[in-house]
Amino acid sequence: MAVLALALPLAACGINNVPTLEEQAKARWADVQSQYQRRADLIPNLVETVKGYARQEQETLTKVIEARAKATAMKIDASTLSDPARFKEFQEAQNALSGVLGRLLAISESYPDLKSNANFLALQSQLEGTENRIAVARRDYNAAVGAYNTEVRTFPGLLWAKLFWGARAMETFAASADAQKAPGVKF
Amino acid sequence: MGVLPFPPLLRRFGLLLPMVALLLALVGAALAQGLTLPDLSGRIVDAAGLMTPPARERLEARLKAHEDKTSDQIVVTTVPSLQGASIEDFANQLFRHWKLGQQKTNNGVLLLVAPNERKLRIEVGYGLEATLTDAVAKMIIQAAITPKFKSGDFAGGIEAGVDAILSTLQGDGEWQERVKLRSAPDAGYDPMTLVLLVIIVIIIINILAARAASGGTPHRRRKGGWIITSSGSSSGWGGGWSSGGGDSGGGFSGGGGSSGGGGASGDW
Repeated sequence: MAVLALALPLAACGINNVPTLEEQAKARWADVQSQYQRRADLIPNLVETVKGYARQEQETLTKVIEARAKATAMKIDASTLSDPARFKEFQEAQNALSGVLGRLLAISESYPDLKSNANFLALQSQLEGTENRIAVARRDYNAAVGAYNTEVRTFPGLLWAKLFWGARAMETFAASADAQKAPGVKF
Repeated sequence: MGVLPFPPLLRRFGLLLPMVALLLALVGAALAQGLTLPDLSGRIVDAAGLMTPPARERLEARLKAHEDKTSDQIVVTTVPSLQGASIEDFANQLFRHWKLGQQKTNNGVLLLVAPNERKLRIEVGYGLEATLTDAVAKMIIQAAITPKFKSGDFAGGIEAGVDAILSTLQGDGEWQERVKLRSAPDAGYDPMTLVLLVIIVIIIINILAARAASGGTPHRRRKGGWIITSSGSSSGWGGGWSSGGGDSGGGFSGGGGSSGGGGASGDW
C-alpha cells in the first residue's frame, strides 16, 4: 500500500511533468540546431580555402555546397519534432552533408600545401570540434526526448498528455555508425 | 496484515513503476552510462601511472593556484583504457560525471590521456569555449603535447600542455571574452523533480519508521490517505533507494559545470 501513498503526490504533481519534459527536449533540440548551424557557417570559408589549393576537386566542392544548401533549407522547428517523416528527412540531409564533408577533408590530405595552411588547419579543427558538439547535442536531445517519451507513454503522464496537453511522442536521432561502436550511447 | 485489500488497485498503480524509473533516470542522467569512470581523487588523476609523484604534486599545486585565482577547474587524467569508447565520448562523459568547472560558469577543462590507445583530448567546458577554442586546443595538442609524447616523455608533454592551457586562459589579463560565458544548461534537475524526490524520501522514512514501530496496523495520517504498513514480506518498496551520489574525497570536487563537446582531440 506504500504504492498508494506514493501515487497520490506523484499523480498530483505529474501533470506538470509533460510540459516540463517537453520544454527540456525542445531546448536540447535548439542546441542541436545551433550546432548544425555552426557547421553550416563554417563551410563557405572552408570551401574558399580548399578552392585556392585544389581547383581540380571542383566536383567535390560543388557537392559540399549543394549538400549544405539542402541541409540549411530544411529547418524543422520544435512543433514538427513529432513528425517522423520530416524528422527523417532532416536527419538524412544533415547526414549527407557529413558524408561529403568527410570526403572533402579526406581529399585535402593529398594536398600538402593545403594541409599546412594555417587557415585550413584552424577550419579543420573547428569543423572537427563542431562534429563532436553535434554528436553531444544529439545525444543530449535523445536523452531528453527519451525521458519525455517515457512520460507521455506511461501512466499517469499518458493521461495528462492525452487529455490535457495533447502532447505526442517525439522522434530521436538514429545512432550513427560511429556512435554504435561506443558503448552506452545507444538510444 | 500485509494483505492488500484491492489487488487491482495495486496493479493499476504498478504502472507507476516506469515513472519512478524515469525519476531515477533523471537523477542518474549525469552518471555515466555503460562506462566505468574513475573517481575524481584530485586535480591529477593518473590512473595510467604516467607521472612521478613529485611531478604530480608540482602540477597539482599550479592547477590549484589557478583555480584559487580564477575558479577555473582544470583536471588532468590518464586512463589505462577507453573501454571501447571514442576518446571524445569518454572525455565528455567523464567531464560531465565529474562536473568540472563552476555550475554557473562551466569553466572546466579536462586533459585526458589514454596511452594505450595513443589518444588524448582537451575537453573544454561551455564557459571556456570562447577562450580555449577548438583551434587553440588543437594547436596545443599538436605543438606542445604530442611531440613530447612521441619521444615517450609523458610527464613532460602533460606539463607542457597544462602550461599552454594556463597561459591561454590567463591570456589577455582582463578576461573580457569571458563575459560571454554560457549559463548553465538545465541538467534535468527541475524543482518538480526535487519536490517529488523529497516526497518519496519522506514517504520511505515514514514507511520504515512505521514498520519498525508497529507491525502492520493501519494508520490514519492527519491529511493524507491511508497508509497500511505491512510487517515484512509483501511490499518490498523500502529497499534499493540508496542512489546517493557522495562527494568524492580528497578535498576536491567538481563545481557542477558541464561541457558540450568543445575542445580538440589528437593522437601520437
